[in-house]
Amino acid sequence: MSALRVAVVYPDLLGTYGDGGNGEILGRRLAWRGIEATVLQAISSEPIPEADLYCLGGGEDGPQVLAAERLRRDETFAGAVKDGAVVFAVCAGFQIVGRSFPGANGEIHQGVGLLDIETTKGTGARAVGEVAVRIREDLKLGHAIPTVSGFENHGGVTTLGSGVVPLGDVRFGVGNGGGDGTEGAMAGRVIGTYLHGPVLARNPALSDLLLQMALGGGALDPLDDSAEDELRQERLAKLS
Amino acid sequence: MAGGRVGLLLDPNLLASLGAGKRVALVSGTNGKTTTTALLAAAAGANGALVATNHTGSNMPAGHVAALVGQSETEIAVLEVDEAYVAQVAMATKPAVIVLLNLSRDQLDRMSEVRMVAERWRGSLAALPATTVVANADDPLIVYAARDASHVVWVAGGLRWREDATGCPACGGHISFDAQGGWTCADCDLARPAVAWRLVDDLIEGPDGAVPIALSLPGRFNVENAVLAVAAAAALNVTAVQSAAAMSLVTDVAGRFVQRTIGEVRVRLMLAKNPAGWSALLDLVVDEEAPVVVSINARTADGADPSWLYDVDFGLLAGRPVVATGDRWRDLSVRLRYAEVAHRCESDPGDAVALAGADGQRVEFIGNYTAFRDLLERP
Repeated sequence: MSALRVAVVYPDLLGTYGDGGNGEILGRRLAWRGIEATVLQAISSEPIPEADLYCLGGGEDGPQVLAAERLRRDETFAGAVKDGAVVFAVCAGFQIVGRSFPGANGEIHQGVGLLDIETTKGTGARAVGEVAVRIREDLKLGHAIPTVSGFENHGGVTTLGSGVVPLGDVRFGVGNGGGDGTEGAMAGRVIGTYLHGPVLARNPALSDLLLQMALGGGALDPLDDSAEDELRQERLAKLS
Repeated sequence: MAGGRVGLLLDPNLLASLGAGKRVALVSGTNGKTTTTALLAAAAGANGALVATNHTGSNMPAGHVAALVGQSETEIAVLEVDEAYVAQVAMATKPAVIVLLNLSRDQLDRMSEVRMVAERWRGSLAALPATTVVANADDPLIVYAARDASHVVWVAGGLRWREDATGCPACGGHISFDAQGGWTCADCDLARPAVAWRLVDDLIEGPDGAVPIALSLPGRFNVENAVLAVAAAAALNVTAVQSAAAMSLVTDVAGRFVQRTIGEVRVRLMLAKNPAGWSALLDLVVDEEAPVVVSINARTADGADPSWLYDVDFGLLAGRPVVATGDRWRDLSVRLRYAEVAHRCESDPGDAVALAGADGQRVEFIGNYTAFRDLLERP
């Protein structure tokens, strides 16, 4: 196949929490395996380019609304998702790909609707801190993903509809915040999570899951992930 | 500091009474606060006035009280103010001048997101009709915060980090920048205002002409800070010529850029706290050959989330000898791996400096807040 295209969606609006790193990490992990890859920075003043894997990150309230409006109108993005592009959305990006999300004053904004989730403004304190998530085994992801480590920073509460399954269950931290102990959501080739870190830096198995989905093939060549594994274990050990 | 905190508990109006009768200048923003405060304090005293200042970077009200206690004779106070305390300190001190440098992401787990800070500043400036606001016209968030203030002096203070400025703080529209640093919102009237002060090569151009500027401090970003300091000093009746001369003598700002010998290794100490600050410092060190020690902590004063490491273009260090250290050296090591920067790891910062300088070369040490402070204070 031609080069795998990874697009970082609106880094100028959804780049507040270092989540642009997810795109960089995916590009490197392809290149290190000799798989041709392009990482595109899809800035918000331009139409979204065609890609095989889209990454969305966290952002502030105002830019989040602007990003949702632009993304909802973008026909290339809608077409690529329909044709099977993988979408990996973090925090504000996770909320955007749902049905609706709150603005700065709690007003409801329409999302892109790729995930059957709704987010409202939480009434309690903002969820800020380290998170540990056990990935659901019933997702049949093809390979086991060890307990995921990340950092959350959000004021939203996300409830999951019947069209999605949770990505995992929170072992430490808040996650979706709806009281059911779940974190993130998944439907088909769309995955959302609240975890920064960036989450793919600490969890190479999650990176490779996304790449496998986008490549549509079998197992990937192993990489030496000892630095990432040690980092993840260090972060998780601090929580107990 | 402890004295300042106790004093405030005993008398909440202490800051107001200590500041009364002085001409007060406040300096705030994400990056350059401490340096700009030092430059402005030097300039403000250029024609003989006595100046009180919180030169250690203790930039919350207890630090301001500590800086002003026993200073009844001083005529001018130049105070660095934490972004979150601008309204409170301004209401207490009724400043003659407020300098607003820039706003970008910093310690997101502790600070508000930058648009909320800009909105609060905007509200507090509206209540200060007698204050001159010296504001960086290159930063849309600063312009939004300052544009409705009674008296604004716009300065071309530079903006190296635009990633927080694309969404218009006024209307949510899209802000686009041109190659000359001009910018405008596509959907409302927010745009870069005409400036009264700017930097052209090594000249500061102001309303009364151009003055050469040569600082002892390194880095173009510090010269840009100096332009804001000169404009603020002008509002305190110090001429640009006097300011430039006084600022050229500032060599050490709370230990930043200071040269130390640690063990047997000569080290230049530098502080960078957030992506915009790192971007400026990496530009500075990238021209040199010296080994680089990067030290990252994530203690309370640093912010607990080092995700911002991925906002920093560490790839600029590729090919240099690099040692990763600090409490969060594992996060940094993974970051450097994905930036394809070959490096060594050493958990203790002192050992990291020794390792980097083993062949006798001078070492560049860049740390975030507590990482920098700990090495500076190492006996």
